[in-house]
Amino acid sequence: MTLSEFLNMGGYGFYVWTSYGIALVVLVANIVAPMKMRRKLLADLARRERRARKKQ
Amino acid sequence: MTTRSTSRAFTLLLRRDLTLAYRQRSEMINPLLFFVLVTALFPLGIGADPALLRSVGPGIIWVAALLAAMLSLDSVFRSDFDDGSLEQYLLSAHPLSVLVLAKTIAHWLITGLPLLIVAPLLGVLLDLSGAAIWTLILTLALGTPVLSMVGAIGVALTVGLRRSGMILSLLVLPLYVPVLIFAANAVETASAGLPITAHLSLLTALLALACSLSPLATAAALKISLS
Amino acid sequence: MLVFFHKLASPKHFYRLAGIWIPWLAVICAGFMLTGLYQGLLVAPPDYQQGESYRIMFIHVPAAWMSMFVYVVMAGAGAIGLIWHMKLAEIVAISSAPIGASFTFLALVTGSIWGKPMWGTWWVWDARLTSELILLFLYLGVIALYNAVDDKRTAARATSILALVGVVNIPIIHYSVEWWNTLHQGPTVTKFDTPSIDIRMLIPLLLMAVAFKLFYAVVVLMRSRCEVLQRERNTQWVRELTGDS
Repeated sequence: MTLSEFLNMGGYGFYVWTSYGIALVVLVANIVAPMKMRRKLLADLARRERRARKKQ
Repeated sequence: MTTRSTSRAFTLLLRRDLTLAYRQRSEMINPLLFFVLVTALFPLGIGADPALLRSVGPGIIWVAALLAAMLSLDSVFRSDFDDGSLEQYLLSAHPLSVLVLAKTIAHWLITGLPLLIVAPLLGVLLDLSGAAIWTLILTLALGTPVLSMVGAIGVALTVGLRRSGMILSLLVLPLYVPVLIFAANAVETASAGLPITAHLSLLTALLALACSLSPLATAAALKISLS
Repeated sequence: MLVFFHKLASPKHFYRLAGIWIPWLAVICAGFMLTGLYQGLLVAPPDYQQGESYRIMFIHVPAAWMSMFVYVVMAGAGAIGLIWHMKLAEIVAISSAPIGASFTFLALVTGSIWGKPMWGTWWVWDARLTSELILLFLYLGVIALYNAVDDKRTAARATSILALVGVVNIPIIHYSVEWWNTLHQGPTVTKFDTPSIDIRMLIPLLLMAVAFKLFYAVVVLMRSRCEVLQRERNTQWVRELTGDS
């Protein structure tokens, strides 16, 4: 199969690649969201720790 | 209410709720008015072509009944929650699910049964045939108790929250959808003159399932919400 | 061995162990996914009826399977949390909800895109599509209820009840194509006799199904670690953890 045939998918290229594209977005979003959440949580908790230690 | 027998507690609670509702009869009118108004809006909005109204009429009346049921749900536990009686029910020696069943039945008698009585009038407004109107009443009779029972689960989950209105709708509507589908389908099938025993059996099964299991779920939800 | 499981139930040990498992599971998941995609997009032959468009199946079907699988896990974990008051079960349950909602959304969208060239319409209100849409609303309801309740232990128990009430939808989705005359295709893989699908199409399908399951495992562990940090933020071990970083 040539590259152009592959991208064309027998005329259904738009449908197939849009589906795979949306799937990629959904999967990536599911990975990135908890990563960002964890980083934010650790930063917030560290800030809170520093404030608590300063008070002592 | 200190009473030894659970069945006596059940009837007392049922009578209490009905008496309270009777003393505020004007409050009972609200869901009913909403039901009639919403149904009346549709011919104004989509045009009064009798053939069109006949075909979408059952669905419209059922959706209006669903929305009216949902709006009235808040009253199941609200006043008891506000004055502390709800905690007393939890603390009582009687099984909470029985007390919950009493409250839910009272709620249906107050808000669901009037819908049944008014529905034929609405059927006439939307030009439904006789068979369709009969089936409509039958499906409402089987379906509205399910709406009260399943709705009570949603109310029990959200009774402790502020601004629980929107989230109650979000929780309860997906659970209402099977009732809506079977009931509206039954009325359509009856309009076409076909037998509806299958639909009625399914609706009865849903009713049986709701009556037996939803008080338990509601009681569990109440215990969690009030913890 | 029993001590291992007992330790696993402790949020602190879970946090550490999950942190170790995640990279390994991610690598294995990537392996399955790349192999599955290669097989599905390049090796599997075109369908005699649908041509190349059927390749959407390699995303759509595993996503739909996952939408139901994750719901059952969520309801099961919720039940365990309710009955045995296990914190970790509650955490896994609520961490699964957004993932399940994503898979449901993906199944609905890819199904709609596949349906346009095949059935000529983006959407039809048949039994399977409608019940899958209801599943999405159920997931969103669980997430909304959890966010609405302030005390997270109460929130977890309330959402467990909601999830359990909604679990009746799962058999409806699965059997909808048998119980009703629907536009959607009937069962071809999960029947009890031999699957009526070409083996060269079955293999990538199963590879993607395994890949999606591993993906779910990775993401639920990641989300659960976040939820553990949030819930246990006042404990000693979290304090030490964040104090060092």
